[in-house]
Amino acid sequence: MEMVASPKKIQRIHPKKFALWMAMLSMIMLFSALTSAYIVQKASSDWLQFPLPQQFFYSTAVILSCSIVLHVAYKAFVDKNYQLYKLLLSLGFGLAVSFVALQYSGWLILNEMGVFVYTNQSSSFFVLLVGVHALHVLGGIAALLISWIFAMRKNTMEWSQKGQLRLELTCTYWHFVDVLWLYLLGFLWLQQ
Amino acid sequence: MADINVLEKEVPQTNYDGHHDDHHGDKFQSSFIDRYIFSQDHKTIAKQFLITGMIWAIIGSAMSIIFRLQLGFPDSDMSWLQPLLGGWIQINPTTGLGSIDPQFYYALVTMHGTILVFFVLTAGLSGTFSNLLIPLQCGARDMASPMLNMLSYWFFFLAGAVLFISLFLNTGPFSGGWTGYPPLSGLPQASDGSKAGATLWILSLVFFVVSVLLGGINYITTVINMRTKGMHMFRLPLTIWAFLVTAILALLSFPVLASGFFMLTFDRVLGTSFFLNEIFVAGEVLTTRVGGSAILFQHLFWFLGHPEVYIIILPAMGLVSEVLSIHCRKPVFGYKAMVFSILAIGVLSFLVWAHHMYMTGMNPFIANIFILFTLIIAVPSAVKVFNWIATIWGGNLRINSASLFAIGFVSMFISGGLTGIFLGNAAIDIQQHDTYFVVAHFHIVMGVAAFFGMFAGIYHWFPRMYGRFMNETLGKIHFWGSMIGAYAIFGPMHYLGMAGVPRRYYSFENFDAFAGFASMNQFITIAAIATFFCQILFVINFFYSIYKGKKQTEMNPWGATSIEWTAPVNCGHGNWEGDIPEVHRWPYDFGRHGRDFIPQTEPLADGEIDGGH
Ligand code: HEM
Ligand SMILES: [Cu+2]
Repeated sequence: MEMVASPKKIQRIHPKKFALWMAMLSMIMLFSALTSAYIVQKASSDWLQFPLPQQFFYSTAVILSCSIVLHVAYKAFVDKNYQLYKLLLSLGFGLAVSFVALQYSGWLILNEMGVFVYTNQSSSFFVLLVGVHALHVLGGIAALLISWIFAMRKNTMEWSQKGQLRLELTCTYWHFVDVLWLYLLGFLWLQQ
Repeated sequence: MADINVLEKEVPQTNYDGHHDDHHGDKFQSSFIDRYIFSQDHKTIAKQFLITGMIWAIIGSAMSIIFRLQLGFPDSDMSWLQPLLGGWIQINPTTGLGSIDPQFYYALVTMHGTILVFFVLTAGLSGTFSNLLIPLQCGARDMASPMLNMLSYWFFFLAGAVLFISLFLNTGPFSGGWTGYPPLSGLPQASDGSKAGATLWILSLVFFVVSVLLGGINYITTVINMRTKGMHMFRLPLTIWAFLVTAILALLSFPVLASGFFMLTFDRVLGTSFFLNEIFVAGEVLTTRVGGSAILFQHLFWFLGHPEVYIIILPAMGLVSEVLSIHCRKPVFGYKAMVFSILAIGVLSFLVWAHHMYMTGMNPFIANIFILFTLIIAVPSAVKVFNWIATIWGGNLRINSASLFAIGFVSMFISGGLTGIFLGNAAIDIQQHDTYFVVAHFHIVMGVAAFFGMFAGIYHWFPRMYGRFMNETLGKIHFWGSMIGAYAIFGPMHYLGMAGVPRRYYSFENFDAFAGFASMNQFITIAAIATFFCQILFVINFFYSIYKGKKQTEMNPWGATSIEWTAPVNCGHGNWEGDIPEVHRWPYDFGRHGRDFIPQTEPLADGEIDGGH
């Protein structure tokens, strides 16, 4: 009952943030379905083993550093250090694009080895998992692009609550696809 | 419990004011296009979902009439349908009689199922009422993201447009059944409908999944984060609880369907074999691809498919609980039991999907687990039925279209639920699977019941949408016609199914065993036609009443307690003109302290205990 006397302000999570968490939940369901199907099919068909090209490991380092860079960029934005913010945002954007490029080059290596999407269940599933993840990364890149255009358009940047929220959401999403990739990599690794 | 309430009251409910006051006023509704087409007002979006759903309902049921004609009267001349169906009517060269092309018959059955399950009973039902009622009954000016909400409708529209276009393809629309099992969906050469028709079907449903997810995210966020002051969870009307759990189910199950569609697309386009394994049709080798499993698709499909049937029925349950309580002038019986049943149904609905697959050769021990959960899910369902009956019992029932349809819902849900328990037992399902018994089961428990819940909701909340009432006489005729009609259609189907008549057959003429059922099939077809015309009455009533219905004069015409009736008639974007009302009690204070009803906005008297606890 004392609570009534001394009202404490308990901040609820911002609706947009909450909505993003919900969206991530549905993506988790998508990838759980895909990886479950993988396990089931692997148990019941002729499974072709092929090694993961190096590029996929490099790309892991790239996406991890992308997440870190974006995190620092967010900090810079909050501290109103706009020069640093612009620099880091551009860097993050470059890293994001090179993640996709690296994965694609890894796939070309597999093609050279004679592994194509239709070669075996294993290669089909590989493309499915990596490809659907890459689609989600492309979504993140689109969001980054928006922040980047906003940042570059003006000479003097202004801090706004809306801008900070957008950036925060973008970062959260990036950390999410990052963790998702780690999960997929670990999964593929364990299945080898 | 009490402590928690104190705590919750301290939470600043909603008030991200900056965000909301944005679109109060309202600069976003300055032009016709903003107001009626790309509207971001949840009330307008609700009407868009409703009217689009109605159009699809008419198209989808008209299809069923056409294939029922073929089933009921296989020897009659259908050439009069040529102006509509063109080449899909085959003229027999010797007799000169026209009949429906068998391929097209399957396409009609498939389209009927897809349209009714997804477009009408998912989008048209949950889309309409979640949009209309969540902000109004929770006390919010709009959804968490009006923009995404608008997109949700337009993705639904796009899904419809794509499916509609597929009706005009040369090779016909998809014809592999609403469940879309491979190889018919996975291999273009498997049938005519598997060509472009299947591509567009998959594309359409992918758009649909996007629409459902955008909508669902919004509904959940709004209910959890944007309730008005004092509206803690156990003061929410059961409608909102139902919409919340529905949205959670959708959020968790539709992505799994999407994964199945991704894999189908790979099989169709990239030459993979997720679901294919040496397919032969009529002795012809269609593909030599090996290694895939069609059963895998069934698992992915039904992991969505079973929650999907609850996505359809839960909103109807919520609407019915609310309508019954208000029109019986009694608190809903067992409010908390209702809430926990909704939650239990939500959880259990993820654990029963394989009861659709008893006949796929699954291990009987695994089947047993699914039997167990399937029978357990009947328990919360039965609790709800008991509570509805107990709500009506001894109530001061107002007989009107809304309450009649709500009672009709309870009747349908009982009838259909009982046959579910038969089917839930694998040993009985071996006989009943893929017969008309299944068709009867799910049409009664899902199709008709969900429609009845939707009708109850429309008759009840029509004034909230349009500021007028629907015509009661027409409404009652509509009710009795539908009630009698529905049992006349689906009652006999139980009998057909027990006799072993399989579903999805174009003709039974070559089967001596089923020769005796011709007159029963005729009867069903005639009942279906009569019931169809009865629904036209509703459509006429609906559109007539929008313009000419009796005007709503009081703000709260039904004497309801919930706060959607505290907003002015035909309120604009933002709903309430001044502050959002504060809530002080649960929503079912009927007949308390000798008063007919006490609105949720009325503070508790000294020492009064909130009714919900
Ligand atoms: C009392 C609880 C219920 C039980 C035990 C139950 C059980 C079953 C079973 C075992 C089947 C598979 C029959 C077969 O294909 O051989 C089935 C089919 C079906 N049920 Fe239920 N059911 C119940 C309630 C519901 C409800 C509430 C709905 C919808 C609102 C529903 C909708 C369906 C649909 C749509 C199908 C058929 C899908 C198809 O094959 O096209 N059921 N039910
Ligand atoms: Cu089921």
